[in-house]
Amino acid sequence: MNPLPYIVAAWLFIIGLYGIVTSRNFIHLIMCLAVLQSSTYVFLLAIGYRIGGGPPVFATVPVGTPAVDPIVQALLLTDIVVEATVVALLLALAIEIHKNLGTMNPDEVVELQG
Amino acid sequence: MSRRVRQSLFIVSALALFGVLISAAREMPAFGHFYGAYGELLNRETVYERHVTDVVTAVNFDWRGIDTLGEESILFLAVIGATLLLRRQASEAGKSNNDDSRDDENKTRNVPLPSAATRVATLGLVGPLVVFGLYIVTHGHLTPGGGFQGGVVLATAPLLVYLAGDLKTFKKIISHVLVEAGEALGVGGFLLLGLPGMIIGGAYLRNVLAQGTTGNLFSGGMIPLINLCTGMAVAAGLISVIYAFLEHTLELRLQGKK
Repeated sequence: MNPLPYIVAAWLFIIGLYGIVTSRNFIHLIMCLAVLQSSTYVFLLAIGYRIGGGPPVFATVPVGTPAVDPIVQALLLTDIVVEATVVALLLALAIEIHKNLGTMNPDEVVELQG
Repeated sequence: MSRRVRQSLFIVSALALFGVLISAAREMPAFGHFYGAYGELLNRETVYERHVTDVVTAVNFDWRGIDTLGEESILFLAVIGATLLLRRQASEAGKSNNDDSRDDENKTRNVPLPSAATRVATLGLVGPLVVFGLYIVTHGHLTPGGGFQGGVVLATAPLLVYLAGDLKTFKKIISHVLVEAGEALGVGGFLLLGLPGMIIGGAYLRNVLAQGTTGNLFSGGMIPLINLCTGMAVAAGLISVIYAFLEHTLELRLQGKK
């Protein structure tokens, strides 16, 4: 029993959350969100791993060869690409905020402005 | 709420959350010993049932195809959102000059041009990258890879051209209309590929094509087609986001900000 991967996932989640809570800059905040999200990658990969398992690709090895769980990997790879574009959307929002309010500090953006 | 109060509140609750997560982790199946029935079943049956050798791609585009369609819509919407936010708004149009002045980019740009070494290295990489990206997309059902991964690789090629030159060269090789058409075709194609299955009386995204010989490039029924659509959508999506950001930076430069 080696719980280290799960602890790493929990740690990444907490440290990302800490960054978001204490952030003084929107770009920093968005990067912290990316760190937080990477905890889900570590967690999912840790669940899917099997000792002695190869990749779930049976192009050169016969079916039945021990392989890791393919489902979490499929979830992950869509997640990574989607995250990249969502980060781009958030960065665009940060640019808009800077343009309209002249600040990048989340603490100074207290009211919604239509 | 002051910063100090918020931080101390966070630290208390984060410690509690960390404790809860760790105690949950202790109840998890031991690392490397979780044998999910569903994953095991797919590893055993996919090659026979779907005639593709990469189980991950089969999960994405067949077993959980509708899920992937959802993920792709998130990608699509995020791309639309980012490009919409970054486009020149009517209120800003008056401040900046008209389109002709964009040719002055190099004058307003006080960044030195890339060194010869950068130009040679990046331009030399563009060709192999495009081929590699296409390979990853088209062989997604056989070996690790697929539309999502290959699409990202393809999107980096025009970015390298930008690195080697400037925005003008980037715009020369990227037709904005074509990129937007590619994005629409990619997402729309995925949507439409689901319909034939319903027309013959089956479920959405059910395979209607011959499955071919396992291991051949043209095999696996509709999986390679959906793969191709996804690759197109991802590549076009990332390129249009990059394009929007670069355009926006140029706008700001021309307006004399930074």
